[in-house]
Amino acid sequence: MSIARTISTAAIAAAIALGAASARAEGVKVGMITTLSGGGAGLGIDARDGFMLAVKQAGDAGIEVIIEDDQRKPDVAVQLADKMIQSDKVDVLTGIIWSNLAMAVVPAAVAQGKFYLSVNAAPSALAGKGCNPNYFSVAYQNDNLHEAAGAYIANAGYKKPFILAPNYPAGKDSLTGFKRFYTGELAGEVYTKLGQTDYAAEIAQIRASGADSVFFFLPGGMGISFMKQYADSGVGLPVVGPAFSFDQGILGAVGEAALGVKNTSQWSKDIDNAANKAFVESFQAEYGRLPSLYAAQGFDTANLLISALAKADISDADAFRAALEAADFASVRGDFAFAPNNHPIQDIYVREVIKEGEVITNKIVGVAIEDRSNAYVDECKM
Amino acid sequence: MSTLLLIEQVLNGLQLGVMLFLMAAGLTLIFGVMGLINLAHGSLYMVGAFAAAAVAAATGSFLLALAASLAAAAAAGAVIELGVIRRLYDRDHLDQVLATFALILVFSEGTRWIFGSFPLFLEVPDYLSGPVTLFGGIQYPLYRLVIILAGLGIAAGLFLLIGRTRIGIQIRAGEADREMIAALGIDITRLYTLVFALGAALAGLAGALVGAIQSVQVGMGEPVLILAFVVIVIGGIGSVKGALVGALLVGLTDTLGRSFLPGLFGLIMEPAAATTVGSALASMAIYILMAGVLLFRPRGLFGVA
Amino acid sequence: MRERHINAILLGGLLATALAAWGLDQPFTITLATKVAILALAGVGLNITLGLGGMISLGHAAFFGIGGYAMGILASHAQNYTPLMEAPLLIEGTNSMPVIWLVAIAASALAALVIGALSLRTTGAYFIMVTLAFGQMLYYFAISWPAYGGEDGLSIYVRNGFPGLNTLDPIQFFGLCFVLLCLVLLFVARLGRAPFGLALTAARQVPARVEAVGLSPYRLQLVAFVLSGAITGLAGALFADLNRFVSPAMFSWQTSGEIMVFVILGGVARLCGPVAGAALFILLEHWLGALSEFWHIYLGALLLIVVLFARGGLIGQIAGREAAHD
Repeated sequence: MSIARTISTAAIAAAIALGAASARAEGVKVGMITTLSGGGAGLGIDARDGFMLAVKQAGDAGIEVIIEDDQRKPDVAVQLADKMIQSDKVDVLTGIIWSNLAMAVVPAAVAQGKFYLSVNAAPSALAGKGCNPNYFSVAYQNDNLHEAAGAYIANAGYKKPFILAPNYPAGKDSLTGFKRFYTGELAGEVYTKLGQTDYAAEIAQIRASGADSVFFFLPGGMGISFMKQYADSGVGLPVVGPAFSFDQGILGAVGEAALGVKNTSQWSKDIDNAANKAFVESFQAEYGRLPSLYAAQGFDTANLLISALAKADISDADAFRAALEAADFASVRGDFAFAPNNHPIQDIYVREVIKEGEVITNKIVGVAIEDRSNAYVDECKM
Repeated sequence: MSTLLLIEQVLNGLQLGVMLFLMAAGLTLIFGVMGLINLAHGSLYMVGAFAAAAVAAATGSFLLALAASLAAAAAAGAVIELGVIRRLYDRDHLDQVLATFALILVFSEGTRWIFGSFPLFLEVPDYLSGPVTLFGGIQYPLYRLVIILAGLGIAAGLFLLIGRTRIGIQIRAGEADREMIAALGIDITRLYTLVFALGAALAGLAGALVGAIQSVQVGMGEPVLILAFVVIVIGGIGSVKGALVGALLVGLTDTLGRSFLPGLFGLIMEPAAATTVGSALASMAIYILMAGVLLFRPRGLFGVA
Repeated sequence: MRERHINAILLGGLLATALAAWGLDQPFTITLATKVAILALAGVGLNITLGLGGMISLGHAAFFGIGGYAMGILASHAQNYTPLMEAPLLIEGTNSMPVIWLVAIAASALAALVIGALSLRTTGAYFIMVTLAFGQMLYYFAISWPAYGGEDGLSIYVRNGFPGLNTLDPIQFFGLCFVLLCLVLLFVARLGRAPFGLALTAARQVPARVEAVGLSPYRLQLVAFVLSGAITGLAGALFADLNRFVSPAMFSWQTSGEIMVFVILGGVARLCGPVAGAALFILLEHWLGALSEFWHIYLGALLLIVVLFARGGLIGQIAGREAAHD
């Protein structure tokens, strides 16, 4: 169906030779479905590279990873999941970047008793009523970064933010998350068309609205277009957004238009801990570029899996689940624990876009919310 | 809603319109002269944007980048015309659709193969960035103003080219009667390559101009291509004048619909529902416009009946 | 080789592949064969407009998507035990496949009637662009309408049921799709030879003559367009059940393009062209995808070769041009 690359450690190769039964006793088979071609491939490639870096560093951990490309198409992702479960007989699935693909794959996979570790997508439906003991989000809950932006706007003393997001479920969740932590007056609330590239009309509305700040959630190319046009419009109000539009892979395309923008993220390359320093250095050494948020999430996901494997055998699902819940690994984000609905409890930082020599990147300027869990814990019954 | 905001939004609609015109003009010329429907026109738009971004990164000059976009798109257009398109002129539209669909696949993945998966960087040069103050105190980005003027200038140039020059006479003759101009001893294969490259260059220039304020990425051409189709259906196939009128209509409808429909619905329903209905309707506004035109003028506003 | 024999080999081969995979316990291969059958069905629908009617619709994703959403909406209401509508009359959701199929067919036929009535006022290149634009309109509508998941789409946890079958068993679901495909092929084959099919062919070739005998080419083409949309809608409902998931991606213009590619790879106006095309497409996706991350380049190059040098598609190459039924 698409690139299928099997990377296996020597141990597992030997185990396969001995037969499937003994292979299951010694290691774990991971199916990674992620976006490696077409638009948005950069995110999947980073998540994969981060994940594989951790697997490589763990050495002889008995992890076999099957990687397939979902082309960002939900139907392809579903069929890959079927194939991995039915033919490859994987124990754990991971890798999906987009919430709509996760909604298509995760419920069926966990219903069949597989574990799913999310490297990025964490839609509210899977955190609340649709939560499952076998589903773990290692990155965040989708609302978290937007909530943090709301908290930052409120704490920084802005009184009249203008907020905008694309007209689709993640966009609605975004503005809802923002308003959960910012309860004051809004200068305007606008939903744009998904995939829209021209924001002149919205920027004119911002200018006319009397706002004192702007919050936007426009992932991918939409955010690049918005920032360039916004910087050029001379409106000049302070801008806050979630990290997606100011991540390492994207900053190069936005350029200096992004300088000074505050963005919220649960990770940054300058978080001061040993695991993070080692990660940033080894990622640069391995791939020759700065790691992005998605690379960090992929790296943490693999390390969580490795930590659980060290404690329990995958064939004992209950013990393995308990080992995952313990989250006993050195996260590049520092303190990390799972809430009762298997989503992270972690600090969400505020970063500022700066220029370091010739490279445009982020530095942490504060903490937006400490030990943030998520809004859906009470809805989750498991 | 203030008058100033309305004027600003009208300017935005004009700017979108002239960009669509650059795309639609090439498409409609190619259709008019060669009878070819070209789905890969959006890929040429992308080629222009990527060439501009690459040259701007290497030289730092925006003007060189624009020249590169023209050259690269024209060259890409000429190459596919010589290699593929010219075999399609006497085929039916079905073969043309499939072959140009195949070209989209090749161009999109080829571009990703060369430039990687991340969007490229292209920015407005310093001397064109920032806002200017217009009459009545409207703050408007200088670059967008330049785009409007450049687009209108190119439109005027195109009308002159077609109306007043030798090559224009040949193009018009080609639209009217293909066999005749071949019989008159005009090198028709050369004319076809030229028209195709001209259309490609216009698309490439549009890609570069827009790329500076949007994201230069793989797949950026197809949404614009579909809008350009709507423009052509409204304006009438083969008519450059129709393309101009259609492009401005679509640009204005889209921009004004997006900015004012949610507000208008807000007058008659509660805000949350108004945003939903207004946004959904705004995203369909231009297609509704197209359906309306089809009802009354199936050949478009300026199409030959 | 006669086209009839090729058709038998194609359908027999598809059935044999699925049965062999069942015997060898390769459920994913059965899933792929099911996908071929369903996509072929969508292509058979498009082939009525494209092959018989000579109308190039680049907007069939609209009907594919409507069929998919008919399944998604009905099944999600049944899944959540919420009625679809309470006033003026109570309509409940359902997870019975036959009911869903009927709704999918009716809904996509209705959409085809409206889109066709407008689009058929035009011809040639206008028709291509107009159908493409209407497809895109529904795509944006599906994305921005929040009630049924918007861009996230709708997940259905359990495949819908068919009396007497366990549809979650891959081979049984394949059988169902395969039988439907054969039934529709039978219908289309008869349609092509019936007075309606002949009149439609004539309306494509010499519209004036059709008018002279008192028939309206517009009406003939509209009926063909509606039939075509209804079949593609049925395929959409099956595709949604295969994935237990629907999303606006089913409406995207790439989907329209791909359905058209199935038809053309196999051979336009050939009864089983879409079957050959869909099978070839799935095989290519499988092989080329394993070769390179950039397999779309190869796919594009191959399509170009087919258009430029191998006209008539797969079946045309084997059966020869003169055997085409037009």
